[in-house]
Amino acid sequence: MKAHLTRQAPVAWGLVLATILLGWFGRDLAKALDARWLVKVPSSWDIPFNTYISAAMAWLMEEAAVGPVSFTDATRAIAWLIEQPYELALNLLARGFLFDPGPEPQVLLPAASWIAVTAAVIALGHYCRSWGLAALVGACFAYLAVFGQWDSAMVTLASVVIAVPIGAGGGLLAGIWAYRHPLGERILSPILDLMQTIPIFAYLVPILFMFGFGPVSALVATIIYATPPMIRITIMALKAVDPEILDFGRMAGTTRRQLMWRVLVPSASQSLMVGVNQVIMLTLNMVIIASMIGAGGLGFDVLAALRRLDIGAGFEAGIAIVVLAIAVDRLSQAFAERMGQVRHTAPGSWAARNKRTVLVLCLLAATWVLGRFSPLLLDYPQSQTITTGAFWNDTVKYLNVNYFDAFEAVKVFFLQWFLLPIKKTLLGIPWPWAIAMLTLLGWRAGGWKLAALCGAMSALIAVSGLWAKAMVTVYLCGASVILATLIGVPLGVLAALNRRAGIAINLLIDTLQTLPSFVYLIPVVMLFRVGDFTAMIAIVLYALAPAVRYAAHGVRSVSGELIEAGLVSGCTKWQLLRLVRLPMALPEILLGINQTIMLALSMLVITALVGTRDLGQEVYIALTKADTGRGLVAGLAIAFIAIIADRLVNAGARGARIRFGLES
Amino acid sequence: MIPNTKLSCRNVWKLYGANAQEFLSRNPAPSGDDIRQAGIIGAVRDARIDIAEGEIFIIMGLSGSGKSTLVRCLSRLIEPTGGQVLFDGVDLLTASEQELIEIRRHKMGMVFQHFALLPHLTVLQNVMFPLTVQAAPRAEAEAKAREVVELVGLKGREDYYPRELSGGQQQRVGIARSLVTEPDLWFLDEPFSALDPLIRREMQDEFMRLQARLHKTIVFITHDFEEAVRLADRIAIMKDGEIIQVATPEELVLNPATDYVAEFTRHIPRSKVLTVGGIMTPGTQAEGVPVPAAARVSEVAEQIIAADAPRPVCDANGRIVGSIGRTAVARVLFGAGEAA
Repeated sequence: MKAHLTRQAPVAWGLVLATILLGWFGRDLAKALDARWLVKVPSSWDIPFNTYISAAMAWLMEEAAVGPVSFTDATRAIAWLIEQPYELALNLLARGFLFDPGPEPQVLLPAASWIAVTAAVIALGHYCRSWGLAALVGACFAYLAVFGQWDSAMVTLASVVIAVPIGAGGGLLAGIWAYRHPLGERILSPILDLMQTIPIFAYLVPILFMFGFGPVSALVATIIYATPPMIRITIMALKAVDPEILDFGRMAGTTRRQLMWRVLVPSASQSLMVGVNQVIMLTLNMVIIASMIGAGGLGFDVLAALRRLDIGAGFEAGIAIVVLAIAVDRLSQAFAERMGQVRHTAPGSWAARNKRTVLVLCLLAATWVLGRFSPLLLDYPQSQTITTGAFWNDTVKYLNVNYFDAFEAVKVFFLQWFLLPIKKTLLGIPWPWAIAMLTLLGWRAGGWKLAALCGAMSALIAVSGLWAKAMVTVYLCGASVILATLIGVPLGVLAALNRRAGIAINLLIDTLQTLPSFVYLIPVVMLFRVGDFTAMIAIVLYALAPAVRYAAHGVRSVSGELIEAGLVSGCTKWQLLRLVRLPMALPEILLGINQTIMLALSMLVITALVGTRDLGQEVYIALTKADTGRGLVAGLAIAFIAIIADRLVNAGARGARIRFGLES
Repeated sequence: MIPNTKLSCRNVWKLYGANAQEFLSRNPAPSGDDIRQAGIIGAVRDARIDIAEGEIFIIMGLSGSGKSTLVRCLSRLIEPTGGQVLFDGVDLLTASEQELIEIRRHKMGMVFQHFALLPHLTVLQNVMFPLTVQAAPRAEAEAKAREVVELVGLKGREDYYPRELSGGQQQRVGIARSLVTEPDLWFLDEPFSALDPLIRREMQDEFMRLQARLHKTIVFITHDFEEAVRLADRIAIMKDGEIIQVATPEELVLNPATDYVAEFTRHIPRSKVLTVGGIMTPGTQAEGVPVPAAARVSEVAEQIIAADAPRPVCDANGRIVGSIGRTAVARVLFGAGEAA
């Protein structure tokens, strides 16, 4: 084995070196040999997938039908079904119930007053846990009112209120189906895998095509994005129910339906609530992206601000999303916890038992009635709002005026010595060589199946005419992942070894993860303007978290006995880290890097907003032009890159675990 | 009079592995070697038992012996690979889903090792659950549930949640729940194994008290031979999926079928298993106050040893059937065959 390895090492290094040299001199070589096809796939080889897909979409929309029901009828029916509850929630929270929605609508009943809504969440916070939580969520909603984000926030909240039950309920039903029927699981599991790697933007385009621009499209996209984890968690939670409970249910003579809804689902309810929490968080993640296809609210504010490069407004709306997310997240977590706790129903009438509900309903009615005389009770007065926009704008202006040279120097340094060389090399690698190397790597890491997958997927990218853009994607993503790893893994190791540093780092990572992805872009754009460097920083910030978390977890879970063995062998602290902790944590670290790659790829499309030239840009352009074929092909190309990277890194991690005897 | 057979299991097989069904239909009586060679695992092999009405039948075996699988075959929680399970003469294995639900709703109850209480329901709701799924009238179900909760000694705890109770109390809830439908056949799958020894003893006494009142037909699983000897009318000993002996506790101790069975009985104080009737000298000559033949030796040893002459032994009808003296008792208490 050892001899085998040492014989192979020079070959592997030789291949790596050859690839780099080929990349660096690829263009010159192609010129010298007069063989441009080496670096650029001849356009005559392209297979016009996008035209096929566009044609298929057109057929779907115009001609497809099952009997008398055409496909468009089906999408219209779905849209109608989603629209009804959404309209209701929107009217209640934001718009008010209108009479005769003509050019001059008469307000029948205004939207719920900000006082009543805030009181409702405070009551909910108290019901779910304590006055502490009530104070937190109350403060969050008060913030929204005071900082003038109330109306947008309520539009966003209305879409969350609709998307979460549909996503959670649908995910639960799909999960139950997969639990009951092995066939269901076999159908769902590859779909879930693909959904995890395919970027959101890829399916925004077909949704836009099917449902048109508007809140319904945004809701559909949000639901599709937020449901998969619920399905997974449902399957897992149901499988984890104690088999004795299942046996008991059957022995009690339950029917299949009773067994599911009266025994299994309640027994798994706590794990299921974790899934619901996931759905909520993903729904809030989608807020800004959904606004690209017609969602209003805070997401739209951020997007609009980003387009006009108005940092203050964008930042404020972005923070408002975070505040809303914190409130909803904490509430749902507390609610889940409460479901797992013992609670005894107090005696008394309904009103006595539901004092909070009664109070909130009274307040709602009172503000509606009194609001006719004093609008203050309905809407937070505009004149009393505080805005921090000017402050942020001034800060950035100040930084730009005084430190422009320093920022510029950093940017140029990175571009010249880090980004551009990687870009040149990757773009210069002859594509047949690249495909061959990927296939070889797949074969080494995971046998012929993985080799076939890598070869086929990279070849498909080549013939789709997107090779150069794919390479730019790999370059941008690769550079960001390298940087994120270089920063994230040491941070993770530090967090694991030093408790105080661990707390600080955890706080940082938690904050980074709650911020919606767009928020990173705004300050970075303001300081470094548009371009690859800006994109890279945004991607690194977004994708840092898993590298840190997995590294910390890996180092922490090295067995105590091994550490003691190292100590009694006389290792210094540094040797202990280098010789024991890091090697044992390697599989975990690799998994963390895998997650980092996935997050980086999903951020690419967002960074398209700052003018990158990769597949993300391709998707973004397709979105603005509603070109389904183009968007889907580019989206799938990103998904292919993600799948190749995912499978290769996973195979590597598995190999490492097998070598350490952690897995057989 | 021979009591009716309540539950009868004939040639029941449970094999795990690819094509187990086909394997069994090709060879209806495979040997252990056949099974191993086919790469199949024999969890239950050719089980034959007849359980009489009102009997406490204990299936004893170590972990992995197939006892839990067997009891799940008897209740058809697991689909046996082959054989017949006759319950009141009806083959459970050919019953339809609907029939099975009806049988389980009205005629079977089961108690589980880890209690299997539903965490989101109170004690009363847990006990009512089997009635709730039958859509029984609520008031009636609640009255019935309160009655069994009281029967198992949990009155006053009706509104507690399972996690607020101790292990012993939780199992009392499990017992109450399995009795609420007034089943004929009562399965107990290692009901006391998860409890600590003092509570276990208390629960065994409680179980005997309940059975003295209810006269259920009981299939009781345990890995504890002492528990089996204490509670059983008859014991089936299982090893590697096979039933190696079915007998009364006394017969097991006196005539173990294999060394494996003998190994279990060796550590059991014989005085607690053997009855006076089993070791008496037949005849009618002794004088004095008779001791019952059905009494365990340990229960009467002191008075027999204290007496100067052998005491007469009477049967259930008070007829003198033999006599018993110090020597016989002393041999059981200290003599050969006791743990060496």
